[in-house]
Amino acid sequence: MASLRAEFTKGLWQSLPPFRLVLGLCPTLAVTTTGINGMGMGLATTFVLIFSNLFVSLLRRFIPTQVRIASFIVIIASFVVIVELLMQAYFYQLFTVLGIFIPLIVVNCIILGRAEAFASKNNPIRSLADGMGIGLGFTLSLLVLGSIRELLGAGTLLYYDAARPGFHIMWASFEPFAFMLKPPGAFVALGILLAFMNLISQIQAQRGGGR
Amino acid sequence: MGEFLLLMISAILVNNILLIRFLGNCPFLGVSKSMDTATGMGMAVIFVLTLAGMITWLVHHYILVPLDLTYLRTIAFILVIATLVQFVEMVIQKTAPPLYEALGIYLPLITTNCAVLGVAIINVDEGYDLITAIFFSFASACGFALALVLMAGMRERFALVEIPKAFEGTAIGLITAGLIALAFSGFMGLV
Repeated sequence: MASLRAEFTKGLWQSLPPFRLVLGLCPTLAVTTTGINGMGMGLATTFVLIFSNLFVSLLRRFIPTQVRIASFIVIIASFVVIVELLMQAYFYQLFTVLGIFIPLIVVNCIILGRAEAFASKNNPIRSLADGMGIGLGFTLSLLVLGSIRELLGAGTLLYYDAARPGFHIMWASFEPFAFMLKPPGAFVALGILLAFMNLISQIQAQRGGGR
Repeated sequence: MGEFLLLMISAILVNNILLIRFLGNCPFLGVSKSMDTATGMGMAVIFVLTLAGMITWLVHHYILVPLDLTYLRTIAFILVIATLVQFVEMVIQKTAPPLYEALGIYLPLITTNCAVLGVAIINVDEGYDLITAIFFSFASACGFALALVLMAGMRERFALVEIPKAFEGTAIGLITAGLIALAFSGFMGLV
């Protein structure tokens, strides 16, 4: 049980996907113009990650080593199509905003990376925990990055559409910093966030006496 | 010819695939540490992306549309790309060993480069005809190579300067990319 929890929690800090592993950067940078968009992308990816991990793990004894990458891609692509159709049916607004980045979940290196490095070597239960942990870490990262960009760039928080405009928590005379919503702002925001995480890790390491 | 020139400028500078559309960022930060690897990767991407753009267009218009299977687009495209990359690798290895020496290790990486699948999907979504699709794929790949080489040129100089400890590695790379993207947004409104 303890090891299961370890598999789950490692995705939340130790190997937090876009920051620690530096994988899956394209969706991280492209869709995080608002917190909700980031979270939607994160949840769609998590769904694919959980099921691809589960099925890769279940089929790991039947997949020949030579064609494993191709087999993993087929498994992943099947679940991406499922997500694509589900979102088109039930979350059309989000579907149009995320656009091309939904089919591109197929080539998100995080998913193929977990299939290759973890699910193909571990049992289904552990793979499921791993998928949930990494997926949750990815979703939270995108939510945080999206919220920061949204707050600075538009002054709102959790904006969804005109009917559900979220919260205006900035003061009335706040001048939106539109740079944050533009593509260059995405790179700079992620870079600063990453540097901040490195700083926290360094301080932790110093406090722990290099533990 | 004029419209192709516009398309070219738009794909390379205004809507640069890496910096403005955000496709293919993993190799952008991964292989931009030295000039040699960046040029190699850039060449490999130009080669594969143009070919993949053409073949996925044909697959979509002559196989998926007549059979009414367009919802399988994602699976079909990624399989075509993966096969194509493998095939290109074998052909180059047999026919042009020096080219294989130069591109070899970058080819497998291209399968999971989202720029390739992304451009294939954009070609279909925008309803380009075959010639435009090939042209757009080629121009996008040139934009990719340009941004990658620019980035590598800047990162090579990082070896000579002192960077705050927390910003070392990827963090400073991202901020540099942000500054390059800012320079590229100066082209906005050009087309």
